[in-house]
Amino acid sequence: MDTTAIIVTIVGLGLAAFVLWYFFFSPRQTASAVSSSSGVQEVDITVKGGYSPDVIEVERGKPVRLSFYRDEENSCSEELLMPDFSIRRDLPAFKTTLVELLPEKAGTFPFTCGMGMLRGSLVVK
Amino acid sequence: MEPTTKTETLDIEGMTCASCASAIEKSLSRAPGVQSAMVNFATEKATVHYLPGQASPASLKEAVVNAGYGVMERAPDTSAAERSAEIDRQKALAYQKLKRRFWVATVLAIIIMPLSMLMLWPALMARVNMPVLNYALLLLTLPVLAYSGREFYVSAWNGFKHRSANMDTLIAVGTGAAFLYSLAATVVPGFFTSRGLVPEVYYDTTATIIALILLGKVLELRAKTQTSAAMRSLIGLQAKTARVVRPNGEEVDVPIEQVQLGDIVVVRPGEKVATDGRITEGQSSLDEAMLTGESLPVTKKAGDPVFGATLNKTGSFRFEVTKVGSDTMLSQIVKLVEDAQGSRAPIQRLADKVSSIFVPTVVVISILTFVLWFDLAPVDTRLPLALVNFVAVLIIACPCALGLATPTAIMVSTGKGAEHGVLIRNAEALEKAYQVNTVLLDKTGTITRGEPAVTDFLAPSLAGVAQDGPRLLQLVAAVERQSEHPLAEAVVRHADAQGGDKLMATGFRAVEGKGATATVGGQAVFIGNRRLLADEGITLSPELTAQAEQLLSQAKTVLYVAVAGQAVALLGVADTVRDTSVAAIKELQALGIEVVMMTGDNPQTAAQVAGQVGITRYFAEVLPAEKAGKVKALQAEGRIVAMVGDGINDAPALAQADIGLAIGSGTDVAMEAAGITLMRSDLHGVVTAIELSRQTIRTIKQNLFFAFIYNTLGIPVAAGLLYPFFGILLSPMLAAAAMALSSVSVLTNSLRLRSFSVKR
Repeated sequence: MDTTAIIVTIVGLGLAAFVLWYFFFSPRQTASAVSSSSGVQEVDITVKGGYSPDVIEVERGKPVRLSFYRDEENSCSEELLMPDFSIRRDLPAFKTTLVELLPEKAGTFPFTCGMGMLRGSLVVK
Repeated sequence: MEPTTKTETLDIEGMTCASCASAIEKSLSRAPGVQSAMVNFATEKATVHYLPGQASPASLKEAVVNAGYGVMERAPDTSAAERSAEIDRQKALAYQKLKRRFWVATVLAIIIMPLSMLMLWPALMARVNMPVLNYALLLLTLPVLAYSGREFYVSAWNGFKHRSANMDTLIAVGTGAAFLYSLAATVVPGFFTSRGLVPEVYYDTTATIIALILLGKVLELRAKTQTSAAMRSLIGLQAKTARVVRPNGEEVDVPIEQVQLGDIVVVRPGEKVATDGRITEGQSSLDEAMLTGESLPVTKKAGDPVFGATLNKTGSFRFEVTKVGSDTMLSQIVKLVEDAQGSRAPIQRLADKVSSIFVPTVVVISILTFVLWFDLAPVDTRLPLALVNFVAVLIIACPCALGLATPTAIMVSTGKGAEHGVLIRNAEALEKAYQVNTVLLDKTGTITRGEPAVTDFLAPSLAGVAQDGPRLLQLVAAVERQSEHPLAEAVVRHADAQGGDKLMATGFRAVEGKGATATVGGQAVFIGNRRLLADEGITLSPELTAQAEQLLSQAKTVLYVAVAGQAVALLGVADTVRDTSVAAIKELQALGIEVVMMTGDNPQTAAQVAGQVGITRYFAEVLPAEKAGKVKALQAEGRIVAMVGDGINDAPALAQADIGLAIGSGTDVAMEAAGITLMRSDLHGVVTAIELSRQTIRTIKQNLFFAFIYNTLGIPVAAGLLYPFFGILLSPMLAAAAMALSSVSVLTNSLRLRSFSVKR
């Protein structure tokens, strides 16, 4: 192995490690729901190559209203799935789509795009 | 106690910057009665909490207008039809745009390809200036990247910022790497030649990959719109207007949104019923196939319910509106199908897990591929080989096929089910129905109609009464017409069906627990049980006694008729088997399913009905509370049980079963407990549900198998695993073609479910 090969190997392994850390182990953006006085927990979520925030904390037993604003035309994000709540919704581009649900059980419930590539989760406490 | 506040959400118009939001917030907060106001610039919404006494939506709107902005009037609740229309419009636009991007990429790729292959003709190559050719190729490739492929890079970057990776990430990195390498070889070829490398370019690879992937996307989008076709046609059934009768008798066409509860609506022949209601006058036959899957028209008269979206065939009628908007049967069906399409099938769990880690894992594999090739290949070819295989791995990997495998099949099949009057609650129900090997039927209302009907009318000796049979029946009917007993209704229905002149009865008297009597045509007519006749001192002839015994032995209820103090006739009444039950049970058995019956009747009746419909195993004398227990008993035998029932009594049993099927448009309770609701009151729906589930799960399994196999074989081959043994390397362009076809194949396979039909 010559020097170039060694450098390529080190850089490659480092890059691979970075990819694993960056996508699987790095800290996520978390947001807690704001409860309105009528008891509805509201969260605004922007959809653009992902969900921001992508971890949403809500309280159990109170209705939740999620406003998904899809800030892109990319077809990846055109569908929203929340399988635990039987929700499949088309998100029109540059529009806000309201999703209402009632979390009855505590736990972590993922939401994803139509193909499960973009991911977020609803943490019910 | 704190005073109750109300919350109002306003759609704000005219905001151009974040400071506009704070200006509106300020204006709203200062308005009387407002407790708090929050304006979101991105969503263009203001959320205001206010005291209802001191502020109102109108005063809030005023505050926004005072601040110099507008409030968009929101439709009360955008209907499914509007939402789907908006989404359809956007999708159509996106499709047009995608096609344009595809054509640009294709045309350019077709030009780039032969230009890149000039080296195959050395004679030609000698005359061409290499650097000039490379610059020309660069110029041709740039639009492919910047226009056709732009979305991949934007999406990949947006995803990267969110620490998420998707298919676009793979394409962007793959084509990006090939392009950047080529760019370097074009601009600074000296860097390569000084290290003993040939400055090769991969513009053809870059352009072709993008063109092929876009082709895949075009095909995919076209197929995808078809997966929800059934759903869209369901939404499209909704009537747009209704002809409402005003109090002054005037008939006015009004938009469906303005129709209110209690309105009287006119429906003429050939027209669509606007919404749900109850007929107040007139009668007609209606085609309800769109809701129930029942192909025969249903006759309806005053007092009968009608449903929006059904088609009026022959007569005209008026009905009173009982349900509007999202409460109508059609909306409920749409909602149910929508929910089912959003649910997750347990079978999908593994695919979900895999796809959640798929893209980053593939990126890591591609990096390792690059490193290994670079380290192991001969020095003078190691860089191009490492690059080509790196790109091939990224491009061939297809998370889409995995992601599409289950949901597309579920979408097609739930829509198809609704078309046949089979409403599937969720994907799990579909999966359970697939596993069923035993169907437990509740007799009453399922196998049978659930309402008594006259099966026998016996008048052996009419001598001395001077009556003929039909007239005698009308005598009885005249009495029963005034009674409210369910058995009396059955007698009246039977008499009406036979025809004949209707007679008038006077002096009607119901004898509680025994029967009824009245005077018809001057003769006293008694109808009831044996005790009624005994009380009147009327004796039965031996012939009638024998016939009564026979009817009783067939588990029928016997009604005794006496005219002018003499017992003259018997009526046998029983719950009758639906016309379709025998055939449907046979079909279920042909599917390899054991059909078991359960009933509250005595063993004699149970055996009789079971024999009639071809069921060998049954439970008799089952109390309503024991129904769930019987389901459990069957499950304890290791069976996967589908319970078919209709009423509230069945709800616990429906819930206990592995899969519950509620028959008829059922009660809400049964619908809640049931995984599948059959809109049509016959057992054919059970067959349809099970056949549909079997085909769907089979399709899903094929899809998943294909998607897994494709990726597990494709990725190693692309990485060059076959090279050491067979010298085979996968060109990134072939990888792109394979990838484009893989997701389309999965979709096409799911779409095959559209041709589902029940063989009769």
